Amino acid sequence: MSEVARSISLTVNGTIIRVAPGTTIAAAVLLAGEATRASVGGEPRGPLCGMGICFECRVTIDGVPHQRSCQMLCIPGIRVTTREVTEDSGGPATP
Amino acid sequence: MKWSIDILVVGAGPAGIAAAVTAAEAGQHVGLVDDNPVPGGQIWRSGAPLPVTARRWQARLDASSVVRLEGWRVFDCPEPNVVRAERNGFKPAHPDAGIDENRDCAELRCRALILATGARERFLPFPGWTLPNVMGAGGLDAMVRGGLPIAGKRAVIAGTGPLLLAVAAHLAARQAKVEVVCEQAPLSRLARFAAGMLTEPAKLWQGARYRITTRHTPYRTGCWPIAAHGRDRLEAVTLQQGRNRWEVPCDYLGCGFHLVPNIELPDLLGCRIEDGFVATDALLQTSVPGVYCAGEPTGIGGVELSLLEGQIAALAASGNVDRARSLARQRRRRLGFVRALQQACALDPQLRELPQEDTVVCRCEDVRHRELHEHATWRQAKLHTRCGMGPCQGRVCGAAAEFLFGWHAGSVRPPLFPASVSSLVSPREPALADESLVAANAFHENAKETP
Ligand SMILES: Cc1cc2nc3c(=O)[nH]c(=O)nc-3n(C[C@H](O)[C@H](O)[C@H](O)COP(=O)(O)OP(=O)(O)OC[C@H]3O[C@@H](n4cnc5c(N)ncnc54)[C@H](O)[C@@H]3O)c2cc1C
Ligand code: FES
Repeated sequence: MSEVARSISLTVNGTIIRVAPGTTIAAAVLLAGEATRASVGGEPRGPLCGMGICFECRVTIDGVPHQRSCQMLCIPGIRVTTREVTEDSGGPATP
Repeated sequence: MKWSIDILVVGAGPAGIAAAVTAAEAGQHVGLVDDNPVPGGQIWRSGAPLPVTARRWQARLDASSVVRLEGWRVFDCPEPNVVRAERNGFKPAHPDAGIDENRDCAELRCRALILATGARERFLPFPGWTLPNVMGAGGLDAMVRGGLPIAGKRAVIAGTGPLLLAVAAHLAARQAKVEVVCEQAPLSRLARFAAGMLTEPAKLWQGARYRITTRHTPYRTGCWPIAAHGRDRLEAVTLQQGRNRWEVPCDYLGCGFHLVPNIELPDLLGCRIEDGFVATDALLQTSVPGVYCAGEPTGIGGVELSLLEGQIAALAASGNVDRARSLARQRRRRLGFVRALQQACALDPQLRELPQEDTVVCRCEDVRHRELHEHATWRQAKLHTRCGMGPCQGRVCGAAAEFLFGWHAGSVRPPLFPASVSSLVSPREPALADESLVAANAFHENAKETP
């Protein structure tokens, strides 16, 4: 991928990452060398399924937690943070 | 404001696209909902050159009157003609806004519903499978199509099914160093399957072609990973073939054991399920009148079968029964292949030995193997350990537990995915009027933009 094609910049845990349009937020997090979330027991986790099923790719985007990054495309200027240890791992309404 | 349509299609993979286009071309008012940002499903993801068939269908979709809800996820179907969906994600303009304000929810009404929800990979737990950079085979492929640079990286592809070869070929074409492809099925069984495949009208997954692209990569049968190693992320994997064990250093492991159908939505609607798949009549109507099912939830048969089923369901749902019948005859000829594939991918019982006592089985709640095997049923294990109660709602560990312990998951309940509180309040209640209006308007705007 040429540098010219990497026209979108965003931050992952404060580090600026440049990606090509069409890059998913999950891929950008991997590109930054970061794990996506910390498990209930504190282990680092990364994306597993790539299709919105496993919820391992959850990150916080512009302050909004629990976002499945594998089904979202990078937008210029977004701030992504990862590895939040959360007591409520599921968002508000897990049955 | 009520928004209703003739036919609503859930899932915009090959089956859903074919269904939506066919129904719209037959004069129906059609909506197409999918939780990905772009249509295409698992195989026609962007980020890789699309085959001619895909481009043709996409062009027909673009030219059609189909109303598309992209990045919307269906989480409930209170009645066969009422679908509730929530928009994925966030609005970047409001960094400090609370989560509820960042969601949209819509209630969509339709005359007929076509469920084309596809399939997911089956994952089996083994020591180290929770390390970052251990993914599904399709999962790794999806990351690469989503922009993960793979050139020069070392990858091991493992599990079972034709998907492994497709993924290996794609990664090799992107200059990844695919160290080895490990297929759990024994060579004898694969040989039988391959021999049968020649008689099929279409060579599904085009195994032969992929084999040629990946000819520098060893393809080992009766072989699987028994452990992944690394500190914070994957560094190496131990493979086993018969009595041999050896370690392969690598950057990524893509490991998936064939596919399991996404049947939660049809299950919720009360559609009859047989042997894990949605039962339908020849024209793909489920046991619930007005609800059709197309593509992988009815059987795993590859992209061409999914396309065919999408068209059959759409023709049947829009009253073109004669045309639907003639396509249904073509479909019938392919069903033998679906069964043969399922048999070829049957899991080796030795894979039950993969997890160790302390191997995590439920990744959402970090429930380990030793906590599970003392229980008799899935329900009991859930109640005592929270296994399957996390956000994935057992979509990952449920299929594993079924194989490891012979447990069957209980009935599904809404919401099918974690949804925001505001989405869960019935949109018919006045408190939510505004939100449904916003969603309905978004839907409407979308409709106006479509030529
Ligand atoms: C990486 C990969 C490579 C493959 N390569 C090949 C190949 O070369 N040849 C081949 O024949 N097959 C291949 N397959 C198999 C492939 O999955 C099928 O052939 C084809 O994609 C099936 O189409 P489908 O429409 O039935 O399902 P899918 O393509 O899975 O589409 C289903 C869609 O529904 C969406 N969905 C599900 N539930 C909901 C919900 N509740 N709300 C909103 N949306 C929802 C999903 O996100 C998905 O987009 C491959 C699969 C993968 C994963
Ligand atoms: S990687 Fe599984 S949900 Fe995103």
